[in-house]
Amino acid sequence: MIKLIKKYTNFLVLFWSTSLSIELEYRLNLIVDIFTLVGNLFGSLLVLSLFYTNHHTLGGWSWSAALVVLGLFTTLEGFTSSILQPNLSKIVRYVQLGTLDYVLLKPISSQYWLSFRYFSPWGIPSIIVGFLISIYGVISTSNQFNTISIICSIIMIISSLITLYSIWFILATTSIWFVKVWNVNEVLKSILIAGRFPISSYPNIVRTIFTFIIPIAFLTTIPAEALLGRLDVYWFLFSLIISATLLFTSIRFWLYALNFYTSASS
Amino acid sequence: MSNITVSSLSKIYKVPYRKPGISASIKHFFDRKYKLITAVDDISFKIDEGEIVGFIGANGAGKTTTLKMLCGLVYPTKGIVSVSGFIPKERNAAFLSQITLVMGQKQQLIWDLPPIETLKVNAAVYGISEKEAKKRIDELASMLELNDELFQPVRKLSLGQRMKSELLASLIHRPSVLFLDEPTLGLDVNAQLRVREFLSMYNKRFNATILLTSHYMQDISSLCKRVVVIHKGRIFYDGALTKLTNKLSPYRNVRIEFDKPQTLDDLKEYCEITQIDYAIATIVVPSSKLSFVVSYLLNNYTIKDLQVIETPLENIISELIRNGTN
Repeated sequence: MIKLIKKYTNFLVLFWSTSLSIELEYRLNLIVDIFTLVGNLFGSLLVLSLFYTNHHTLGGWSWSAALVVLGLFTTLEGFTSSILQPNLSKIVRYVQLGTLDYVLLKPISSQYWLSFRYFSPWGIPSIIVGFLISIYGVISTSNQFNTISIICSIIMIISSLITLYSIWFILATTSIWFVKVWNVNEVLKSILIAGRFPISSYPNIVRTIFTFIIPIAFLTTIPAEALLGRLDVYWFLFSLIISATLLFTSIRFWLYALNFYTSASS
Repeated sequence: MSNITVSSLSKIYKVPYRKPGISASIKHFFDRKYKLITAVDDISFKIDEGEIVGFIGANGAGKTTTLKMLCGLVYPTKGIVSVSGFIPKERNAAFLSQITLVMGQKQQLIWDLPPIETLKVNAAVYGISEKEAKKRIDELASMLELNDELFQPVRKLSLGQRMKSELLASLIHRPSVLFLDEPTLGLDVNAQLRVREFLSMYNKRFNATILLTSHYMQDISSLCKRVVVIHKGRIFYDGALTKLTNKLSPYRNVRIEFDKPQTLDDLKEYCEITQIDYAIATIVVPSSKLSFVVSYLLNNYTIKDLQVIETPLENIISELIRNGTN
């Protein structure tokens, strides 16, 4: 098992170093990307400062506590830009061009290859800034960090990343049948924006949908509650069950979909 | 010993179809109609270890589908396939480490980076140490006559250099079974020749089993002693290439240039004289009498030039398919 983890970690280092080499190949593009990134971050912080100057509550959450949710949302956005977007959006193209053949012929988990082959550095600042905002939010609520809340928070954040990844991968898998599923990515991104605010700030019906149908609550609100040290043990376990179930489903669904892969014609 | 065994293999695809026009499109959107297309229809063959077999047929004959079933990419509807003792559709890691698929019209090289970067990734994926990978890259690169090209971005390489780099990337794990789907597609004559020479060398050096599809008959005739002809998913012919040419092309055209005009009356009982134009004659000789007629000509006439014109393989194959269809 340790050997396997080591092997797949080595792959990751190699995969991501070639991805960075690709980014470095186009110098002008790199400069433009840096400008875009700085602009985006500046814009987000401006919006945040506007929020912060209004000391209201949102769905029972103080603004400081809501900042934790916003911070986690920013981190997830960074994760999406760095890993999900560059990899999972390519699945559609692999299926369309038939180059998925090359992935399937390698003696490596095809799901792993398709999920982690590429890495874009442009999500890293969002990940870091998101974390800083969350920590700032926690400190502002005068909450004390303790070991248990830190461990629970880390577990919940990992759980939320797995949940987000699994939903994305399941949707990308449908391209085996439908080939063109670009729109699905866009719809998913729009829905995730709902994770920017605490789930209790939405009307009851939307809250139920975002908890039990599209598990938005498990992406930001639940990990935020863990960071604030007020997460119920049942929600903790429920979140773990949701992420494990979705991950398992994504693996089985991918293997099932491959039975229907016809490969693009020559 | 058979390395590849295919028994009663079939593949049926469910393909959506509709009539032309916008109303048909709307109807099709709500109520999809499907048609069952038999891409491969109950085929069986065996290929021995180290053998190079040409897999030929028209577009849509079922060649690529068969190759993909042999690689485990496409699941068969019916039948049994065994490659090096493995069932391809299980896609066992040990199986995948023994095979490769090269597709002339698709590429795995990372477009923006030099081929060496793809080679490094592939070497790691196949569990080849850096030292061993370097040794193999050097060996294959010298066989393929690749040098600095490995360090230039793929997008800057010519089609021929790209194909050679593709071959290197596909063979770094030293597979014993090669599935080649039109590996010389679009290459110029020189590059085609290089690829053919390389494949022949690789086959000899590693005793690799090769199944090759190509529309360039020169690839087939120079590499394969045996061919399998497929048409509309069914096998039409499986056997020696020479037997096929002799069977379907029992005559040879011979063009002779004499030192002076000749009537060739003495040859009329052995061949048909189709044209005499001053000192140049064209005759049609049965394959069985070819050697006799040629030596007779050389012994009894002063000859400036003599050419035996083979029937192009393309013509032979289309003749075979036409006969079969009828």
